[in-house]
Amino acid sequence: MIKTADTPRTWNETLDTPSSPGRSRLEESWRLFRTNRLALIGLGIFLIFFCVALLGVFLTSGSNPVFDPALVRLEEKLRPPLSRPNLDALTPGKVPTLGVYLFGTDDLGRDIFSRMLQGAWVSLTVGFVAVGLSVLIGIAMGGLAGYFGQARVTFGHLLACLLLGMGSTWLVAGNKWLAIVLLLTGGALLYISLQDTRSGRNPAKENLWLSWRRLPIMTVETLIMRVVDIMLCFPSFFLILTVVAILPASMYNIMIVIGLTSWMGAARFVRAEFLSLREQDFVTAARALGVGKLRIIFRHMMPNALGPVLVSATIGIASAILTEAGLSFLGFGVPPPHATWGNILSDGKNFIFDAPWLTFIPGFAILIVVLSFNLFGEGLRDILNPKLRKRS
Amino acid sequence: MENCEPLLSVEDLNIYFRSDDGIARAVNGISYEVKPAETVSIVGESGCGKTVSALSLLGLVPCPPGEIAGGKILFDGKNLVGCSEEEFRKIRGNRIAMVFQEPLTSLNPVFTIGDQISEAIEVHEDLPGDTLHTRSVQLLREVGIASPEERLKAYPHQLSGGQRQRVMIAMALSCRPDLLIADEPTTALDVTIQAQILNLLLSLQQSHSMAILYITHDLAVVSQVARRIYVMYSGIIMEQGETDRVFQSPRHPYTRGLLASLPSRLKRGIKLPSIPGMVPDPAHRPGGCPFHPRCRLVKTSCREAFPEMCDYGNGHLSRCPILYHETKGA
Repeated sequence: MIKTADTPRTWNETLDTPSSPGRSRLEESWRLFRTNRLALIGLGIFLIFFCVALLGVFLTSGSNPVFDPALVRLEEKLRPPLSRPNLDALTPGKVPTLGVYLFGTDDLGRDIFSRMLQGAWVSLTVGFVAVGLSVLIGIAMGGLAGYFGQARVTFGHLLACLLLGMGSTWLVAGNKWLAIVLLLTGGALLYISLQDTRSGRNPAKENLWLSWRRLPIMTVETLIMRVVDIMLCFPSFFLILTVVAILPASMYNIMIVIGLTSWMGAARFVRAEFLSLREQDFVTAARALGVGKLRIIFRHMMPNALGPVLVSATIGIASAILTEAGLSFLGFGVPPPHATWGNILSDGKNFIFDAPWLTFIPGFAILIVVLSFNLFGEGLRDILNPKLRKRS
Repeated sequence: MENCEPLLSVEDLNIYFRSDDGIARAVNGISYEVKPAETVSIVGESGCGKTVSALSLLGLVPCPPGEIAGGKILFDGKNLVGCSEEEFRKIRGNRIAMVFQEPLTSLNPVFTIGDQISEAIEVHEDLPGDTLHTRSVQLLREVGIASPEERLKAYPHQLSGGQRQRVMIAMALSCRPDLLIADEPTTALDVTIQAQILNLLLSLQQSHSMAILYITHDLAVVSQVARRIYVMYSGIIMEQGETDRVFQSPRHPYTRGLLASLPSRLKRGIKLPSIPGMVPDPAHRPGGCPFHPRCRLVKTSCREAFPEMCDYGNGHLSRCPILYHETKGA
C-alpha cells in the first residue's frame, strides 16, 4: 500500500475545544439595538402607546366609563386644553374625571382626552390586524412562489379557481343554488387537479378528451408575482377608497381592506428569501434526513426568512395607521360616534382658527406614533442586517 | 463477506440535466455495489458526478432540470428509481443517511443543536420528550462531543467546524441507518480534525455495522478508509477494485495520474506531476474515451470507441484497453 500523505496516526477520541461565549442571538441583537438611540426612543414610544391604547379600551368602554368620550356638554364647547370646567353650569355627572379638560373640548363639548384614548385603540388594532393580515397573505403567497415556484399551473387549476370565485360572488349576491353548484364543481375539479399533480401519473396513458385540463398555462411563480405587480400598479389609497365606498363602513372592514391591499411587499420579501434559502445546504440536509416539505417550509425556512418581513411589518403598521387616519379624515373610516384620531382631526378642521388644539393634538399623536414605528423598524433592520453591523 | 448480497447496487445509472445548452450527462451509466458493513469509496475530480450520483440515492436530484434517465438503484432489493416522495421520505435518514461537505452551512442557524438532533429522530420515530433528550445526549456522546448536555443548548455558530461535523454525523446516525453516505465530510476541515472525524466514522461503523459510501477527491483519505474504490471520471467509472490493488497497480492512466500527483516523502524536492487539461463539460463530452484529450497513452482507437471494462481478476476492473493489451502482451 502506498503511504500517501503525512497524516497523523494518533487521534484523540474526544474534543475539548473551548466554547465561544454563550451569548444567545437575542442577547446579541438587544446589545446592538441598545446602541441605536433613535430606535430605542421609537421602541419606548411604541410601548407607551401600546399601554395607553390598552388602558384606553378599559377606561372608555362599558356602560359607565371612567372617561366618557361620547358625553356631550354643550355649555362647555371649544374649551382650550388644561382649562377647568365651569362647575356651576355642569350637572355633577358631567364633570370630567380628572377635574380638568386635559386636551380641551370640541364643538359639542366632548372631552378630547377621552376621545383620543378611544381613538388610540382603533389606531393600534387597525395597525396590527391589517398588517397581521397582510403579512399572513404575503408569507403564504411569497412562500408558494418561492418554494413551489417552478410548479405548473394547469388549465384545470385555473378553471377550478374561476368556478370557485364565481361561486363565492354569487353566494354574496344571494343566488344560493347557482352558487352551491358552482362551488361544488369548482371544489371537485380542484381536488382532481391537485390529486393529478401529487400522483404524477403519466399523461400519455390518458385519452385526449381528459387531458385538456393538464394543459400547463404558466408557473406558480409567474401567476403570483404578476398578481403582485398588478396589485402594485393601483394607487393603493384610491383602491381602498373604492372598496370602502362599496362596503358598509366598520372598523373590521377597514382593517381587512387595508390588509388585503398591502401584502405585496411582504410577498416579494418572502419570495426573495425563499429563493435563496431553498438552495442552502441545511435545507438539503433536512431533506436528506427525511423531513417533510411543510415542515421544511415552516420550521426550517420561515424563521430564517422572517427578519426582513418583520422590518417591513413594523414600517407597515405605521403606514396602516396613517391610511386609517386618512380614511377617517375623509369620512370613509370608522363610523362617527366612535372616535378615531382621523375623525377628531377631521371634525376639528372647521375650527382650526378658533380651536387649533382640535387639529394639532390628534395630528401630533399620529405623527409621533408613525415616526416611532418607522424609527423602530429601521433600528430592527439595522440589527438584522449583518452588513450594517459595526464591529465591537 | 465476499459472497453476501449487496446492500446497495446501482446498475447502469444515468442522470441527465436539461439546460438551454443541451443535455448534460452528469452521470453516464455507472454501476457499483456496497455490501453490508463495508466501506466503499467513490473518488474523482470536482464535477465528475460523484455528488449527483449520491444525491440520487436519496431522491434529492433537483428535478427539473435533473432527471434519472435510466438504470436501477437497488437498495435492499427495492428499486429506488421512480419511488414517490413519500417512499423516499421513509428511507431518508432512516435507512440511508448522508453527511454533507460543509458543516458550517448544513446546520440551521436559528435552532439549537438539541432541536435539530431531536428533529432528526422525531421524523422517523415517535418518542416522548425525555427519551428524546437522553437519546440526543447519548448520540452526542457517541460522536465524542464533550459535555453533551450543555452542547444541546448551543447554536451552530457557537461550535467549531469539527464539532459541527460531529453533530451532523450524530444526526445522520440518529435512526441507525444501514448505509451512510459521506459526501466529502472532511474537505472543509483542517488535517488534524480530518483525521479525528475519519477515525470517528470508522469506529462508529464498527459499532453500528453500517455500510459507508465515502465520496471524496482525496486519495490519501481513501487509502485509510475504504476497502474498495471506484474511480470516477466525467460521469463514468474508470477503474474499480480493492483499494490496495488499485493503489499498488493502477490499471488506468487517469488513476495513475491521480496517484502520481500526490505528495509523498519519496518525491521531496521534485515538482509534482499533474494531469494536464480540465474535466470535460458534461454537455460537450469528447467522443470515445472521455479521458483521451488528457491521456498520455492516447491512440487513435481511444478517440473512436468507448472503452470497455477490462478484467484483471479479483474484482479489479479498468476501462483502458490500451493498458490491458500492454500488460497481457508483456
